[in-house]
Amino acid sequence: MTTVPTKTETQAMTGAEILVQALADQGVEVVFGYPGGAVLPIYDALFRQNRVRHILVRHEQGAVHAAEGYARSTGKVGVVLVTSGPGATNCVTGLTDALMDSVPVVCLTGQVPTHMIGNDAFQEADTIGITRPCTKHNYLVKQVDDLARIVHEAFYIARSGRPGPVVVDLPKNVVMAAGEYVAPTNLDEPRHASYRPQLDPDRAKIEAAIEMIASAKRPLFYTGGGIINSGPQAVEKLREFVRLTGYPITNTLMGLGGYPASDKQFLGMLGMHGTYEANLAMAECDLMIAIGSRFDDRVTGRLTDFSKGSKKIHIDIDPSSINKNVRVELGIVADCGRALAAMVELWKKRRHKPDAGALGAWWDKIATWRAKDCLRYRQSADVIKPQYALQRLYEATKGKDVYFTTEVGQHQMWAAQFLKFEEPKRWMTSGGLGTMGYGFPAAMGVQVAHPDALVIDVAGEASFMMNMQELSTMMQYRLPVKAFILNNRYMGMVRQWQEFFHGGRYSESYMDSLPDFVKLAESFGANGVRATKPEEVDQAIRTMIETPGPVLADILVDQEENVYPMIPGGAAHYEMKLGPDHGELKETTDKGMVLV
Amino acid sequence: MTSALYTSAPDPSVERHTFSVLVENEPGVLARVIGLFSGRGYNIESLTVAEVDSVRRLSRINLVTTGSRMIIEQIKNQLDRLVPVHKVHDLTVEGAHLEREIALIKVVGKGEKRVESLRIADIFRAHVVDSTDKSFVFEMTGRPDKIDAFIRLMEPLGLIEISRAGVVAMSRGTDGI
Ligand SMILES: Cc1ncc(C[n+]2csc(CCOP(=O)(O)OP(=O)(O)O)c2C)c(N)n1
Ligand SMILES: [Mg+2]
Repeated sequence: MTTVPTKTETQAMTGAEILVQALADQGVEVVFGYPGGAVLPIYDALFRQNRVRHILVRHEQGAVHAAEGYARSTGKVGVVLVTSGPGATNCVTGLTDALMDSVPVVCLTGQVPTHMIGNDAFQEADTIGITRPCTKHNYLVKQVDDLARIVHEAFYIARSGRPGPVVVDLPKNVVMAAGEYVAPTNLDEPRHASYRPQLDPDRAKIEAAIEMIASAKRPLFYTGGGIINSGPQAVEKLREFVRLTGYPITNTLMGLGGYPASDKQFLGMLGMHGTYEANLAMAECDLMIAIGSRFDDRVTGRLTDFSKGSKKIHIDIDPSSINKNVRVELGIVADCGRALAAMVELWKKRRHKPDAGALGAWWDKIATWRAKDCLRYRQSADVIKPQYALQRLYEATKGKDVYFTTEVGQHQMWAAQFLKFEEPKRWMTSGGLGTMGYGFPAAMGVQVAHPDALVIDVAGEASFMMNMQELSTMMQYRLPVKAFILNNRYMGMVRQWQEFFHGGRYSESYMDSLPDFVKLAESFGANGVRATKPEEVDQAIRTMIETPGPVLADILVDQEENVYPMIPGGAAHYEMKLGPDHGELKETTDKGMVLV
Repeated sequence: MTSALYTSAPDPSVERHTFSVLVENEPGVLARVIGLFSGRGYNIESLTVAEVDSVRRLSRINLVTTGSRMIIEQIKNQLDRLVPVHKVHDLTVEGAHLEREIALIKVVGKGEKRVESLRIADIFRAHVVDSTDKSFVFEMTGRPDKIDAFIRLMEPLGLIEISRAGVVAMSRGTDGI
């Protein structure tokens, strides 16, 4: 099908050489991969050139997460190269993760020769069948002459519209055959016969949106990862529009950094573990302006009670995101950046001024929610509170060229609450799929893209063990990733749910037989550091940051701390639980309390 | 919106919609469409597919599905999102349209029942395309509900086998898809 690049210059090459040429022409600087029989010709072609660098991971899942980290911290497409069969099946979790979180990834998988497909050949898997539901699109290349065109198209599909993972399955005989290379044409917006994401908003709808926004009494911006994916224009125009209106804004987990956390109009993250003020503002607003967010169930809580009194505007590049979970009054299919630019322009042209009286009353109400100070926790003199460790980490890294990734669990939620992001692309976490084992390899990908930056994976000890083999990769390529392990000796998030909803029966959530993370680091030739008491935290953080190369920081935290606030699954926003002693906390000793 | 798959009570708001989808005629495209329906728990009442433009290599999928208004809108958007899908038309919302189906129906019987089946076939304009001294195979083309009605009438008359092609559909009037 489709994008037919004009044949500027053609020359006979092998499929493998064509592939490498296509990668280079797509601006690919680095590929995360792992070799095997089916891709040996490709590895041979990689060996004989120096335009595309290869990072040899230790597990293919790590390659996909690394490509995700690379992509999300740069805005470029992340590239993976793996062999057939087990190489491809090991990628499935990463591909699903990238699909759920809209991350542009091109995954090149080896395949058995075309004449053996369907015969249960050695290391054959139906990669196209397996990855069909976990990719944005996938291709089996049957002839070498289709190869260049398909690779170019794969990059276009991965990065355009709502980004996502694309698999290109490459039978061995195809990459060994001689064929002709075709260069990509019109890299930015090639015309595709059937795939045409809608980028420009409908003008009449923008006008309708502006009228709704101008006349709102209790408005709220609710923005997500789409702002970041859309790029600098969206980020800039969002800031401008939010400030022009003076309205409050909340971000989703994926959207953090889309709006500066320190700004006074920012209410923090919303959702299951979001702030009290953000969730109550969602519940009580009269106009919700959703941009690049998707009304995920962790955000909405019980749908029948979700923000019943509000009108909703939803701007998204994916038409299927609109009216999927929540019916909205005005849906606008467009690139967030273009829609925001159009709105800012119209707002200024019409010289709109928000209703100052109503807005003042709305901010007053928000101030009463903010006064609850929902992230407050009880500090301890003997054990390290995970929240405290993260506050100290934030203070120690503030203003630095720093990127954070996370694993999945309590530590992830605390990181979202206590680290503050002023810019986009500095925060990489597995939101939609919630993939334990994401953060460490993702941090590796970030570090490859930003060699001189400080890259920190905020980890739980259980998650960390899911992809810790990548420490070996980091040693090989001198990638000084820091893992900040909030070690509670539990699958904390599982334990928390068991405490709340399963009578405190901690079935299989205790992490027995943990390794000594310091010695573990040393066995790889890396460094480790440990903190067991609150007064050791600052020094451990300093050592972690200042020690060259990868460092594992084993921070032994309170074993039974819970994440608050919390909207239990299936509950409504107004049923949010604050901390166990919230409100009763006596403000007697200042030391006993930490304000956020 | 609740999941299409696990809705507890029968929903009175469920509507029946007929879609025509123009797709690239390439391997796997039908699997993408079917996988979308099974993965998201949407219902397929009927599905037909054949190439309709050999030069541009386009196939047409006709699809009958049921769901609430929100689910139907989702189905349209989800189909549209598939890379090899060119156009998705919800014929049910777009106005008057035709639906036709072809069916083969085998009836075995003797005596009065045999005569009766022939008489009804005549009324329904079904043709006999095979016969033995004990059986007929009727071929019938028409609206799906008409075929349903014919089948119901054949049941007491020795109906033993049905083969239906599924719905093909097209809008009425001058506009093409
Ligand atoms: C691959 C995978 N398996 C299982 C889960 C379910 N799960 C969610 S959080 C969690 C516990 C995580 O423990 P840890 O990494 O120690 O983080 P903590 O909650 O203790 O901070 C589990 C098992 C998951 N999200 N991902
Ligand atoms: Mg833990």
